[in-house]
Amino acid sequence: MLAVLVSAIRFMPFFLFGCTGEIITEKSGHLNLGIPGIICAGGAGGSLGVTLYMKALNGATPNYVLLILIAVVSAFIVASLMGAIYAFLTVSLKCNQNITGLALTTFSTGLTQFIMKNFVEIGLISTASTLFKYSLPFASSLGWFGEIFLSHGILVYLAIAIAIVTAVILKNTKVGLRLRAVGENPAAADAVGIKVDQYKYTAILLGSGIAGLAGCFFILDYIQGGYDSYYIMESLGWLSIALVIFTLWKPNLAIFGSILFGALYILPNTNIVAAITAQTAIKKAIELIPYVVTILVLLGISITGSKKAQPPASLGVNYFREER
Amino acid sequence: MTNNTKTVREPLLHIVKRDNITLGKKIAIYAIAIVASLLLGAIICSLVSTRGDVIKFFSSLFEGCFGTTRLFWLFLQEFAILLAVSMALIVSFKMKFWNLGGNGQILMGGLAAIACSYYLGGKVDDTLLIVIEVFASILAGAIWAVIPAICKALWNTNESLFTLMLNYIAAGLVNLFIAIWVKGGSGILNPLANGKLPELGNKYLLIILFGILITTIITIYLKYSKHGYELSVVGDSQNTAKYIGINVKKVIIRTLILSGAICGLVGLLLTSGTSNSISADTAANRGFTAIMTTWLANCNPLFAIATCGLVVFVTKGMQKVRPNFGMLDDTISNLVIGIVYFFIIACAFFIQYKIVFNPQVTAKLNKIKAFFANIFKKKKPLNENEKEGE
Repeated sequence: MLAVLVSAIRFMPFFLFGCTGEIITEKSGHLNLGIPGIICAGGAGGSLGVTLYMKALNGATPNYVLLILIAVVSAFIVASLMGAIYAFLTVSLKCNQNITGLALTTFSTGLTQFIMKNFVEIGLISTASTLFKYSLPFASSLGWFGEIFLSHGILVYLAIAIAIVTAVILKNTKVGLRLRAVGENPAAADAVGIKVDQYKYTAILLGSGIAGLAGCFFILDYIQGGYDSYYIMESLGWLSIALVIFTLWKPNLAIFGSILFGALYILPNTNIVAAITAQTAIKKAIELIPYVVTILVLLGISITGSKKAQPPASLGVNYFREER
Repeated sequence: MTNNTKTVREPLLHIVKRDNITLGKKIAIYAIAIVASLLLGAIICSLVSTRGDVIKFFSSLFEGCFGTTRLFWLFLQEFAILLAVSMALIVSFKMKFWNLGGNGQILMGGLAAIACSYYLGGKVDDTLLIVIEVFASILAGAIWAVIPAICKALWNTNESLFTLMLNYIAAGLVNLFIAIWVKGGSGILNPLANGKLPELGNKYLLIILFGILITTIITIYLKYSKHGYELSVVGDSQNTAKYIGINVKKVIIRTLILSGAICGLVGLLLTSGTSNSISADTAANRGFTAIMTTWLANCNPLFAIATCGLVVFVTKGMQKVRPNFGMLDDTISNLVIGIVYFFIIACAFFIQYKIVFNPQVTAKLNKIKAFFANIFKKKKPLNENEKEGE
C-alpha cells in the first residue's frame, strides 16, 4: 500500500501541473482543449533547454539549480507560446474555443515530435534527468514518513507549491476575485473597469505555461527521455482536463485528486494487482477507472446542480464588448 | 504653457460585427487563408529539409493524392470516410451539441462488429452474420452517443467533456477485449476469418459509395425534413423551440442516435469493411478531424465536402511530401495540418467581424492603397488560381 502511495505521489505532478494550468485558464472563461498539446510542447521545450545547456557544458557536471531552472523556464516559455496562439485566436479573434483547442493539440503534438527528433539529444537528457530525481539523502532513513513526504524529486514539491499559491490567489486576493469575475460575467467585469482581455491573456498564458511543466516533468523526470512519449502525454493530458471537473475547479483539491489519478494510473502495474491476477484484461479494465470516475463526477455535479460546484458561468463563451 | 483642450486618445483600431458579407469576399478570405497556410507550411518544410523547395512541396501534395490510381482510390476512400463522420457531427453541431466523441462512437461500432464476427463467426451463415454486424454496429455507435445526450437532456450535463471521456473509455474497451481475445498478450488481433463485408468491384468502392450516400441523406434530412428543421431551431434557441412546441429533449436524443449510428457504421466499414480486425487506433483520430471539418464548414453539408476535401488533400499529400523531402517521421504532417487549421479558424473572425481603424490610420491606409492601386493597375493577381482548382 505504501509503495502505491509513494509511486502515486511520484507521478502526481503530471496531473497537478496540467490541472492547475487548466483551472487558471478556465477561471478566465476559456475552456482550453489544447492543454494536452500544450503539455507535449512544454515537454519538448524543457528537453530543448536541457539539451542546449548540456551541450554548452561540454561534458562538465551540470549545476543542479541551474539545470532545473533552465528546464522549467524553457518548458514554461514554449508552452506559453502555444497558449499565446490559443489566446490570440480565442480572445482577440473570438474564434470557437473547442475548435481552436483541438487544432492546437494537433499542431503542438506535431511540433513536439519535430523538436524532439531534430533538436533534442536523448543521451544528454538521460544524464540530466538523474538530477531531477535527486531527493534528500536522509529521506530513506526516516521510515514511512520520509518515503511519503521527502523522497521525491523537486518538481513534486514545485507542483504542490504552485497549486497552493494558485488556490490562495484565486480565493483570497483582489486579482483572484477579478479573474473569477471575468470568467463568470465578463460584461459586468468590464463595466466596473476590469481589463477583461488583459486578464484573459494573462490567465491563458500563465495557465498554459504551468501546464507545460507537466510535459517537462514527464519527459525529464518520469520517463527520462523517449521520443514517442507524446502519445501517452496526449491521452493523459485529457485526464488533466477531466481532473479539473473532478476537483470542482479548486487547485487545493487538485493535489489530492492528482494523487488519486496518479494511483489509478500506476495501479495496473503494481504488485497488488499482480498478486490478485495476472490477466492483462483486468489491468486494461483498471485503466478505464479514471475516465469513468470523471464521468460520474460530471453527472453528479449536473444532477445536484450545486451552486458551489458549477463551472465558471461564461466558460466557452467569448466576450465581445459591443454585443450586449 | 497651459493647454485646456483635452486630447482624447483614440484606440488604434476597434472591431465591429459585419451585417453581411458577399459570397465572393468570403471565398476570397478562405482562399487567401488556405494558400497562405500552405505557403507557410511549404516554407517551413523547405527550411527544414535540404531536398525540397516550395514548388516541390506543392507538386508533392498533388502527387500524394493523384499520383497513381491506387493513391487516388485511397484519397477517395479517406475522403468518403471523413465526409461520413463529418455528416454525423454536423447534425449534432447544428443543434449546438458538442459531440467530440466521434472517435469513441466509431470504435464502439467497430468493436461491436468485430465482436459479432468473433463470437458468431462460423456458427451462423455469413450473410446473416453481416446483417447482425450492421445492426450491432449501429446500435453500439448510437448507444455511445445517446448516453451523453440523455444526460444533457435531463440534467444539462456538459456534453463536450462527457463525449471526450467516452472516447478514451471506448479505446480502453477495445484494448480490454483484445486482451481477452488474444491469448498471447501481443495486443494485436489477427484478421478474423468470418464476417468480412463483401467487396464492390474493388476494396475501396463500398466505402466511397457509403460516403456519398450518407452525405446525400444528411443534406436532404437537414434541408427538407421536419427533423432537420427542428434540430436547427433547437440549435438557434432552445427557448424558441419550446415556445413553438418542439420537444427539445426528444430532439436532442433523437439527433444523437442518428449521429452515433452513422459513426457506428463508419466503425463497421473501418473494421469489417477493410482489415476485419480492430485496434485502439482504428478510428485514427477521424472523430477529431471531423470536428474541425464540420466546424470549418459552418455545419453545412455542402461546405463540408470542400473542407473534408481540403483536409484529406493536405493529409494524403503530406504523406508524399515527407519521403520527397527526406523526412522519415510523420511529425511534420501534423505541424502543417495544424497551421492550415489555425488559418481557417481565424477566417471566421474576418467573416464575422470588421476591423475599423481610427481616422488617422485609415487616412494612411488609404494612401497606401492608392499607391498600390497605381502600381497594379490592370495587373490581375494570378497566383491563387492554381490551387483553386483542387
